[in-house]
Amino acid sequence: MKELKKKRLKQLALWTMAWLLTVMLTKYGATHMWEGNTLISLFAILLNLGAGLGMILINRKLVNESDELEKKIQLEAMGITLGLTLIVGLTISLLDYTHLIDFHTEISTLITFMGLTYLASMIFNNMKYR
Amino acid sequence: MKNKLKVLRAERNLTQEELADIIGVSRQTINAIEKEKFDPSLPTAFRMSKLFNLPIEEIFTFDEPQN
Repeated sequence: MKELKKKRLKQLALWTMAWLLTVMLTKYGATHMWEGNTLISLFAILLNLGAGLGMILINRKLVNESDELEKKIQLEAMGITLGLTLIVGLTISLLDYTHLIDFHTEISTLITFMGLTYLASMIFNNMKYR
Repeated sequence: MKNKLKVLRAERNLTQEELADIIGVSRQTINAIEKEKFDPSLPTAFRMSKLFNLPIEEIFTFDEPQN
């Protein structure tokens, strides 16, 4: 079980790395390497999408192969992340809509927020059940 | 839910890690069950019952929450 978990974590790390690299490649490549070539950009985006799907499938396997407590911890962390992202995202959107704030949030802000919320929830839940 | 897992494990000289390997869960799960922070699933409870050769209700006691 431990060996399988290690294997899955390694696979997840590799797929995540591949996904991040293809994000970087697509963004950097479109402006510095193949400027204006739509076909290459489309190929890079498809590559990124493929890596993203691979990452999701491995993560799904990892969760399905986890034991009951690990699943509970994951579920709570994902629930908190989803809930907070929805609420905070909508609050920021409303603040922007009503002109109470004068800055526009990027998608990267949302991803960073989700990542940090998930990380904090995982740490908190793991400490709770330690 | 209260349980006698720690006592039963100690009687058989098993570490949390060893018990976790036999039952097929993580050491963290065994620890959380022993500290009564987490209730095991029915399959896990049955595996424990089989391992300790005791009925489930002798390992786990259900405490009705008081209103």
